[in-house]
Formats: sequence, structure tokens, C-alpha cells
Amino acid sequence: MSHTPSRPGPAPGPVGSSYATPAIRLTGITKRFGPVIANDAVDLEIAPGTIHGIIGENGAGKSTLVSILYGFYTADSGAIEIEGRPAPILTSADAIAHGIGMVHQHFMLVPTFTVLENIMLGAEGGAMLRGGAAATRAELLRLERDYALEIDPDAVIEELPVGLQQRVEILKALRRGARILILDEPTGVLTPAETDRFFDILRGLREQGVTIVLITHKLREIMEVTDTVSVMRRGRMIGHRTTSETTREELADMMVGRAVSLQVERIATQPGAVAMAVQGLTWHDEGGVARLSDISLDLRAGDILGLAGVSGNGQSELLDLLSGIAPVQEGRLVIGERIVDRSAAMDPAEMRRAGIAHIPEDRHRRALVLPFEARENAVLGYHDGPQTGSGRLLDPTAMQAHCETLMARFDVRPPAPRLPAIGFSGGNQQKLVLAREIETEPRIMLIGQPTRGVDIGGIAFIHAEIMARKAAGCAILLVSVELDEILALADRIAVMNAGRIIGEIPRGEADVTRLGLMMAGVEAAA
Amino acid sequence: MTWLDALLILDSTLRVATPLILCAMAGLVSERAGIVDIGLEGKLLASAFAAAAMAALTGSAWAGLVVAIGVSIILSMIHGFACITHRGEQIISGIAINILASGLTVVVGVALFRQGGQTPSLPREARFPSLDLPGSVSLAELPVFGPFWAELVSGHTLPVYLAVVSVPLVWWLLWRTRFGLRLRAVGEMPAAVDSAGISVPWLRYRALIIAGILCGIAGAFLSTAHGAGFVREMSAGKGYIALAAMIFGKWRPWSVLFACLLFGFLEAGAARIQGTPLPVIGEIPIEVVLILPYVATVVLLAGFFGKATPPAALGTPYQKER
Repeated sequence: MSHTPSRPGPAPGPVGSSYATPAIRLTGITKRFGPVIANDAVDLEIAPGTIHGIIGENGAGKSTLVSILYGFYTADSGAIEIEGRPAPILTSADAIAHGIGMVHQHFMLVPTFTVLENIMLGAEGGAMLRGGAAATRAELLRLERDYALEIDPDAVIEELPVGLQQRVEILKALRRGARILILDEPTGVLTPAETDRFFDILRGLREQGVTIVLITHKLREIMEVTDTVSVMRRGRMIGHRTTSETTREELADMMVGRAVSLQVERIATQPGAVAMAVQGLTWHDEGGVARLSDISLDLRAGDILGLAGVSGNGQSELLDLLSGIAPVQEGRLVIGERIVDRSAAMDPAEMRRAGIAHIPEDRHRRALVLPFEARENAVLGYHDGPQTGSGRLLDPTAMQAHCETLMARFDVRPPAPRLPAIGFSGGNQQKLVLAREIETEPRIMLIGQPTRGVDIGGIAFIHAEIMARKAAGCAILLVSVELDEILALADRIAVMNAGRIIGEIPRGEADVTRLGLMMAGVEAAA
Repeated sequence: MTWLDALLILDSTLRVATPLILCAMAGLVSERAGIVDIGLEGKLLASAFAAAAMAALTGSAWAGLVVAIGVSIILSMIHGFACITHRGEQIISGIAINILASGLTVVVGVALFRQGGQTPSLPREARFPSLDLPGSVSLAELPVFGPFWAELVSGHTLPVYLAVVSVPLVWWLLWRTRFGLRLRAVGEMPAAVDSAGISVPWLRYRALIIAGILCGIAGAFLSTAHGAGFVREMSAGKGYIALAAMIFGKWRPWSVLFACLLFGFLEAGAARIQGTPLPVIGEIPIEVVLILPYVATVVLLAGFFGKATPPAALGTPYQKER
């Protein structure tokens, strides 16, 4: 049984049955970056002429996997087969030679070049440009006719809207004879209308027999346009499904996982007064897209509010607003007597003085200065306080002692205040951050992804510390994409989807299935 | 001022501008590929010394030219090894080359010739002769065109003609060939070149080799065509002025040529008005006259002629993102 490239429409059937030779077969792909395993023995098989989605959280290993397929990285072990033949892909040139094209998340276009020049780059058709340019123009007309991809070849890239720039990327790949097209988070820069047009283009390409690999973390896109889907989590391939036979909820479950059950000694407390009230926050990014819509929450003393959701649904933006990093646009925050709104902003330093501690989601960029010593990182944000000694100058002896104290109490290993932050493992880095913030005994803690990249032992320690803060009367907001973590720690659970709070339920009424439905955007059933 | 006076000023303009044009084209090729080339000055000086030393030892200007180009390419490759292979800071590497050239030319010069860092004065046979183009004698009597052909076009040394030809050549290479398209792309968006399956380092090394060749010719011009031997620091900032002309010309060959000719004209004109009393202001002190080209450089670069947009990836080492 053989297939023809122009076979109309998909016939995916159950994964792995209705075709002779897969377009792509990956076997046991493993890739390490230092101590981090980005891909752990990943297997993948994709039928020709289908749209296959790979979904997973940020950092799940999707981009690494397709970068290996496109020759940007070389796998430590594992095998690649393209259209039934072993394909040792070591460079991008190898991938192109095997008929693989890639549209990167950040476009690989020269902004000052014309469309024509960009499409020619690397496929000029001879040492002189003149002949190749004429041939490329003719080829563009053909592609325009076959795929309905219209473009002005003489337009300069930087003057085109992003939707058209992306079209140029696709044309670039097709011009090189790509039969397999990899798209890495292609809709992140598109408006909803552009996204719909883009999906039509993908369906058109499939009609022509092109195999499409769509990398995304958006469930909606998977359900709308793919034939088959694979789910990745923490570098592993979790499973493969036929899109028509799965549901958003099942995929969401697979993405966030519920394998390891976490044991935390829960401490019962009586929730106290409202320490911070979030009232009607709406926030638009620079492009005018609403990232948060009418968010209202109460943080209470001696109480943990867990904020669940697939990442990228507004949690990061909310943390930025609550910690003073981004200014409030609409709505307000009430912190004790103070009101923070559009006209009365509070910067992160004022927030800190008001007893609010923030443990950022992105540890490497926002919580630590990686090349700095641990003792310097241990006083970040507290340079005016007693942590740096009594005088106006930084006192190295005091900083050393302070860091040693923190390291002893939070079991940071190795206990070496002079070691740069980059020299510690993820878990020990996070313990250092947690130590710095908890040590000031804040009234309110904003905690983002506390155990991302942290080993099991570290997770237990960090969870116990968070629980201890709650018992001491701290009001805590816990943002996590790990449902197990939320269920283990939180007293109340709110779920975010597309910048909104879908619902808030007490822990006792929450289970993974119900939260999964809410994370997929289904309103909480009463 | 007569037609002949004007032609003589333009004639010396062209000669003064020759090293500027060659160095600026070298810088243009290198910077269009994303490598800052502040080492032009050092390459110019080192190749001037190499040409004169070789010509003095062998009596052949051609041998001098070949060695000058070789030395200039070697310095370019050192720059490339530091900035491309090891992703070093390009300005620092360029300055290091300038300092190296400044010191090494004198040390080697003293060791070879024991004349305080100079080379012996070169005899006529060891220098590039002026070339008389066909018709420089027979056409000279024609009105207007005759003197133009005989004085301005004819009678220059080989490197001057090479400099003039280098401009259309660089333009053609960069805008009409596959190599040029890739070279310009690698200076703007190396990741796009990489993802097209083309080697970024190899492209940049080739750009530096071309820059080395052009700079080598400029150096040979200084000591074996324009001058008759090497003297200490004889490049006298011409590499920097060429860099300025390249920026002033916005990294475009024809504009850069215009900028080089303008700087050359200022210097040639300055030499011309030395000692000549001008109306109203009288005789200008020689110090003022001599600094004119340098003052003009500063003034022109101070943003008089609109913003120049350098290649986007200029000065940034390329590293695949994680």
C-alpha cells in the first residue's frame, strides 16, 4: 500500500494504522543540557499528509525535540527516520535536504531584505542572483496558485504585518521543497482573525500532501486543526491520541499530570482578615491584547489561595501586577489601608516594605543574579536592611553571616556563601530565594511555581516551609501549573483560563477532574 | 582658478583618497558581515611596512604587494579567530591589532634595517610606476578633455586604479551575487542564515579575507606607490578616517566613495592653500590647515547628515540560542 503526495484530505484513523510509511519516526530521542534532561527517550511517529500537534507546558521539551529534528541540536541518543529511511540529521542543511522545513517561533527573516531576497537566501540557484531571482519569482507564482499564498515579492519584510511575515516563512520552506513543515508556536504573534486564516492555510497544505507538525501549548488550536496529537511533559512523551477521539480535559490532564501524589503535613488554621483584596483587575499588554479580565480575589491571613491553570493564561501577568512590577491599569488592589490603582502606584520596593514578599516564577531572570555569589543574592532587594550590616556600605562580614544563617536554616547545599548562584542546583537556588523572602516574615507572600525544576526532596522541604508560613498567619497566593501541588497546599483553589478566573472552590470540593474541566475553560458547575 | 588648477586639486584628491577608498571598502565588506573592523588602521600600517620591507629586500614592488596582502590577511584572521571562533569583543580585538601593528612595525623595522624603524628609501624600480594611459600624450592638446585625460585620468599608479575599480566591484559582489546576499544577511540576521543551512563563521571569515586583501593594497600604496619607503606611523589615522567615511557613507559603496573623496578633497585642498594668502583672512597658519580633514571628520560624523543605520547584527557574536 502506498500513498500519493496529493492524496486529498486526511485519513489518519487510529494512530499508526492506515498508512504504509510514517513521514517521521523518532525513536528513543534523548537530549541533555548539563544536568537537565530536555528530552527523555522520546518516541514519535507521524503519518504523512496529516496535521500532528505536539502539546505541553513551557519547558516540556517540545521545542528541543523539533530543534533536534531540524538539526539545530544533535540528540545524545536516538534515531530519526524520514519517510522510512534513516536520516542522520546533524545540521539544518541535512534537515532541508530531507525535505523538512521549519517556521520558528521568532521569525528567521532578514528585516531589511525584500520578500524575494529572504526566500532566495540559501536557495539562490546559482552564484549570480539574476537568474535565481527570476526563477524564484516564477516559483512564487506557482506556490501562490497551488496554495493560495499571495505575497508581494518586492515588499520589505520589516514593513509587513506579522501574519504576512509568517507567510513568507512558510513560502521559504515550500520553495525548498519541504514536504514536512514544522511550526513552533506559530500563533503566539497572530491576532484571532489571522489565526483563523493561518489554520485555513494549514488545511490547504494538508490537501496538497504536506505533513505538518504543530507545536503549541494551546488546547484550542490542537482541537481545531490537528488530526493527531502527542502530549509531552517534563521532557517525556506522555501519550498519543487521535484528536477526534480525545477531549480537552483528557489532554489537560496529560499535560499537567497527576502521577506523583505529594504528601504534606497539613496544618489547619482559621482564616483571618483579608490582607490583600484584588478588585476588578483588567490589564492589556503593549499590543492592546487583554491579558487579564476583571480579576477579583481575596488573600486572607493564615490561608493559602491556590491559582491553577495551564501556563500562559494570565497567571504571570497577575503576579506582576500584585508584586508592583507592572502598573495597575483598571481595577485596584486594597492592601490594609492602602489602595493601589491607576493613579496611586506602588513599586516593588514599596510593596516589599508593606510586607509583601514575591517569589517569582522565573527564578533565573527575576529572583537571582546567576553570576553573583550566594551571599550577594541573599540580600537582593534588601540592601537597605540589616542584612547588609549597620552602616551605609555593604558589610561583607554581615552578608556572609546572614547568608550562612539562611543556608543553615533552609538546608541549602552546598552551604557556600561565596559560590555563584549558577553553581547551585535548581532546588537549592529556590531554597535560597525562599529563605531570603521568608526570613523577613512577610504578611503576604506571592509564590509562583515554587517547585519548578526542583527535585522531590526539595519539593517536600519547600512545601513544608510554605505550610509553616501559613500557620504563622501569612496570607499566601500560590500560583502553580502542578495540580498536585495546588491540591496538597491550598485551602481554596481558583482556576484561570484566558485571563479570567473561571471559578473558585474550597479544597474539599476540588478534584483533578473538576479542576481539569475548569482549566479547559468550562465554568465551575455548582 | 584655471581648469588646470582644478584638475590638479582633483588629481591629488584622488591620490589622497586612494588608501581611504580601499580601507573603507574593506571595512564595508567586513561590517556588512557583522564584524566591526576598527583594526583597519593596524592592517594598513602593517601592510605598508611589509610592502616597503619586501620591496627594499627584493627590489620588487610586486613582491611587496603580495607580502602586504598576506600580512593584512593574517591580521584579519587573528581578528576573526578572536571574534568569530571565540566570540570575543570586536572593538578590543581591533584595538589590539592596531597596537600590535604600531609596535611590531618599528621593532621589526629596526631589526632589519637599523634606521630607527624606517625602511631605506626605495629606488624607482622598487616602486609602482605611474601608468601612462593610451592617448595621454596624443590627446593632451585637445581643449578641456585633453588636460582632463592627461592630468586627472592618466598618470596614476596601479593601486589608485585598483581603488577606483574596487568600488563597483564591491557593489557588484554584495548586491549581485549569491555570496553577497548571504554576506549581507549574516550582518543583519545571522540566525536566518544559520537556519537556511549556511555556515555563519565561514561566511564571516571570507568577508574578513576580502577586507584583508583590500587593506593590503592600501598599505602597499602608502609605502611603495605614494611614498618611497616606510616611516613610523605612516598610516597616520587613515584607517580611522576610512572607518568614519564608511559610516558617513552609511555602509553603501557609492556613498562611501563620495565620503572618501570628500575627505581626500579637504586634505588635498588644505595642502594647496598652505602658504597661499587668501582674501580677507590672509595666510592661514599651517597647523589649522593640517587639522582640517580631522575636524571635518568629527563635524560630519556628529550627525549632520541624518542617522546612519548600521547592520543589525554588527558587533554581536553569533551563538545558537538554547
